[in-house]
Amino acid sequence: MKHTIAAILGIAALGFAASAASADTLDDVKAKGFIQCGVNTGLAGFSAPDDKGEWTGLDVDFCRAVAAAVFGDGSKVKFTPLSAKDRFTALQSGEIDILSRNTTWTVNRDTALGLNFAGVTYFDGQGFMINAAKLPGVNSALQLSGASVCVQAGTTTELNLADYFKANNLEYNPVVFEKIEEVNAAYDSGRCDAYTTDQSGLYAIRLTLASPADHVVLPEIISKEPLGPAVRQGDDKWFDIVKWTYFALLNAEELGITKANVEEMKNSANPEIKRILGTEAETKIGTDLGLANDWVVNIVKTTGNYGEIFENNVGAGSPLKISRGINALWTKGGLQYGMPIR
Amino acid sequence: MQEHDMSWVRTEMALAEAPPRTEAGAGAWIRKNLFATPVDAILTIFSALVVAWFLPQILNWSLFNAVWTGADRTACLTVDQGGSLPSGWSGACWAFVNAKFGQFMFGRYPIDERWRVILTAVIFVALLAPLLIPRVPYKRLNAILFFAVFPFIAYFLLVGGFFGLPYIETSLWGGLLVTLVISYVGIVVSLPLGIILALGRRSKMPIIKLICVIFIETVRGVPLVTVLFMASFMLPLFVPPGMTFDKFLRALVGVALFASAYMAEVVRGGLQAIPKGQYEGADSLGLGYWQKMGLIVMPQALKLVIPGIVNTFIGMFKDTTLVLIISMFDLLGIVKQHLSDANWATPQTAKSGLVFAAIVFWLFCFGMSRYSIYMERRLDTGHRR
Repeated sequence: MKHTIAAILGIAALGFAASAASADTLDDVKAKGFIQCGVNTGLAGFSAPDDKGEWTGLDVDFCRAVAAAVFGDGSKVKFTPLSAKDRFTALQSGEIDILSRNTTWTVNRDTALGLNFAGVTYFDGQGFMINAAKLPGVNSALQLSGASVCVQAGTTTELNLADYFKANNLEYNPVVFEKIEEVNAAYDSGRCDAYTTDQSGLYAIRLTLASPADHVVLPEIISKEPLGPAVRQGDDKWFDIVKWTYFALLNAEELGITKANVEEMKNSANPEIKRILGTEAETKIGTDLGLANDWVVNIVKTTGNYGEIFENNVGAGSPLKISRGINALWTKGGLQYGMPIR
Repeated sequence: MQEHDMSWVRTEMALAEAPPRTEAGAGAWIRKNLFATPVDAILTIFSALVVAWFLPQILNWSLFNAVWTGADRTACLTVDQGGSLPSGWSGACWAFVNAKFGQFMFGRYPIDERWRVILTAVIFVALLAPLLIPRVPYKRLNAILFFAVFPFIAYFLLVGGFFGLPYIETSLWGGLLVTLVISYVGIVVSLPLGIILALGRRSKMPIIKLICVIFIETVRGVPLVTVLFMASFMLPLFVPPGMTFDKFLRALVGVALFASAYMAEVVRGGLQAIPKGQYEGADSLGLGYWQKMGLIVMPQALKLVIPGIVNTFIGMFKDTTLVLIISMFDLLGIVKQHLSDANWATPQTAKSGLVFAAIVFWLFCFGMSRYSIYMERRLDTGHRR
């Protein structure tokens, strides 16, 4: 039912998308002087307001990076908080230029909803959290046979949970609640042995538990939730800019270019660094994208490289303390792989 | 016959006897009101136990154990959770509300421009207070200022864009500001529009009547959520690009029309309660339609339906929280949004934030309710029992 409605909305929107959004987003964005970025209304570590009302988070920083690439100024971005229901119509109607709202990349969204995903800024997936004080010795989800598992109703999470336990021939008792707050309260009060939702969510929930140190996130990931920024189909130029901003962040990390050392790096003799920072003679990489040649310098100056964005918002530098895991660079055993800039 | 036959005539009134000891004083009051029958006694003891059980806990949580100031989440964490409070501590994290207070009141309204909102609020209170106190003169002038002039002042101050005041997009507004602006517009629009619709629905002119019936029944037949959602996300797909209506304006129009339809039915209830004789009396005096309605029928009808009108206002005040689904952040919405700030994520944050929102909502609704009861008593000249 939910999907049908989404599809109908999507198709309806698609019909109007051509008229609603002009073909050249880059020109539009340059004309109005800022990027309109759709973010989550509130998700710890990804997009949340600080005490002054400024948006912070991994998804938010990605939009700032795109603004830095386009304008050389990461503050030229305005944020539209969007709920899960209205995120796609907002993009299709041209209300926003980028959707950077922990959106899972799926074929349906790529085709029927008319989106183009620029990359995966965060590889998420459904995981389990248990109270280690209550269940000592459990260090794998496969040991959860017979456990009661807290889960939110009507989500794909619930289906994934059923599939996983069935596939592994394990018994379990789902404890289902309508509202996420109820799930949290039930788990915290010990109603269930385990809690399942997306792993990034588990870390955020752990912060609100009475004894967070007792709770452990198990290593198993039972579903694929690649989250990334999306743009409208039919504007390859804008798509390229968003996509290569993402790759630039990854390459900057790989080459060790950080917010602090980017100015020194401009004098580096390493041809790869010269190429990416636009200091190579007669470089055309930036201008071919429709940007200035020092676009990567501007990006890294604003938000730092991908690793810095990750650590500041969800990693060690944040209360969430999520480990890099599969979001590490490919050189360090993760999945983040920046296509070469040359 | 002799006139002074009686041996003694009392010349002054006898002093009243003091009531029996069992009928006066605190002891009697307690016996009469709390322990009159065995059932009463049981209920009293039970209630007292419930209060004795909960009150200390509530007070401990909200006042004695509460944390009032702090820079981030560690202020509200126990030793085991990585903070410095004793383990097992449970108390409100008012430090969270304290740190976010500006956000809860103004949303993302630029901090340097917040004086404009405060000034608007001061003018609002300065105009509203004398209007609510019956003794203060110049009611007509006051009402004109409040209902006709104030909206323009408020628009000029809050939105800006002229005379050197920077323009502030409504997408930056939030918190109590949004709640109050929507409620004010809803109330100011819905009462007159509701009266007109109610009169139209009872009109003898068929076309006017039909229009009013269709409007009222259509608006009442659709959930507010649907209207807000359509106005906010489907409308932009159907209008040409570049043509945008402000999202906040759309929400205002939606809420105001909604409240009007409900108000119309409340007022119609009052109109139906007025006996036919009142209409006929007005007719026999030779009054025209508007005189009849304005002088005879409406004053009586509105007085009757004060509880219904205030009920609608209170309902609308709380319905403003629905704008959350079109990603506008009223008080409740902004509190919930800030709960996602990982720098403040603690076991107590959500409770504290939501309790704060509840207290603010309660204060406004209770205020409206008390004022309506006061007004009812004051105006209840004909049917007082």
